[in-house]
Amino acid sequence: MILINLSLLFLFIGVISFGGGFAMIPVIEAEVTKRGWLTTSEYTDIIAVAGMAPGSIASNSATLVGYHVAGVPGAIVSSIAITFPSLILILLIAVSFNKINQSPLFHSIFYGLRPIVTGLILFAAIKFAISNGLIASTFSWQMVILLSIFALSLFVLLYYKAHPVLVILASGIVGAVIFS
Amino acid sequence: MKWKLLFELFVVFFKIGPISFGGGYAMIPLIEREIIDKKKWIRSEEVSEVFAIAGTAPGAIAVNAAIFIGYRLAGFLGALAAMIGVLLPTTAIVMLLGSLYFLFKDNALVEGAFLGIRAAVVGLITYAGIKVARTSIIDKPTFILFFLILLSLLFLHLNPILAIFIGALAGILTMTAKKKIQQKREEKTHFQNKQIREISK
Repeated sequence: MILINLSLLFLFIGVISFGGGFAMIPVIEAEVTKRGWLTTSEYTDIIAVAGMAPGSIASNSATLVGYHVAGVPGAIVSSIAITFPSLILILLIAVSFNKINQSPLFHSIFYGLRPIVTGLILFAAIKFAISNGLIASTFSWQMVILLSIFALSLFVLLYYKAHPVLVILASGIVGAVIFS
Repeated sequence: MKWKLLFELFVVFFKIGPISFGGGYAMIPLIEREIIDKKKWIRSEEVSEVFAIAGTAPGAIAVNAAIFIGYRLAGFLGALAAMIGVLLPTTAIVMLLGSLYFLFKDNALVEGAFLGIRAAVVGLITYAGIKVARTSIIDKPTFILFFLILLSLLFLHLNPILAIFIGALAGILTMTAKKKIQQKREEKTHFQNKQIREISK
């Protein structure tokens, strides 16, 4: 039963995951916390682990949610479910791409979808910042350190094109040294 | 012969899969080397089409590109072979990392490390948002749409799935409105031109 729930959820998310994986972070978060499978904080760690591995962040986090909820079978089912819609839709698009690409309706839909994708990604960033203590109502030194790690990460990603895995590893070392 | 091609597709994407860190575009140079130069499966002019289609369909660019190239070469089975090839190593690696995390997450050192990592993840997501914003927020309507959706997500607890459908609908409505305004403008200038012509007569 839990495997069916997992595959239905990720099949649906696979269909709507336009614009790469990052916009799916808040979508998956809303669904898994609603079902009581994970807390937002646990889900942030899943995103962190998903970002350390190769592959898309959406399908990696689906795999990890599945693994957390139902072990290896859950991981396999979720990974296949989130990718399967791509297989079918690519085959459909491949047949008539020129027609689709010239249709004004298609361009109108994407014109509206792209700003939503941006909104969803930044919403995920703000939500994670609140749930992980980067934004809090009371001042603490921990918050200052976390905000510095955030700012430094963003800076090296934007201006030095630093590799995301490197950023995660470096912040992990800093965290282990300071917080344990 | 066909089985050999399917196996080759699987192997090539099995090799490319683990290198596709942080989204699919890092894969483009690898695809160029393995699939255009070495295997000569597609021509270099076709790469832009491959990634246009891969970016249009929902899902990860890297996986979509693999599916499309597999389909081009060997139909549905080719698409399947390429998809499994690109998925298998990444899923295995992510499961291995995940099981390590679940095993050691209560260790004091790991707990401390993840406090730092969570802050970096927020940075990573913000970075992805800024990158997408550069190509998606291009005029006033897209900025307004972005701003309203972000506010509704934050303060009205709008369901993210609903937000996606609202976006598609808003896109259609805005484009129709833009066209109507343009049409009216054209009619107006047409009418003015006519008047000028009549006066000059």
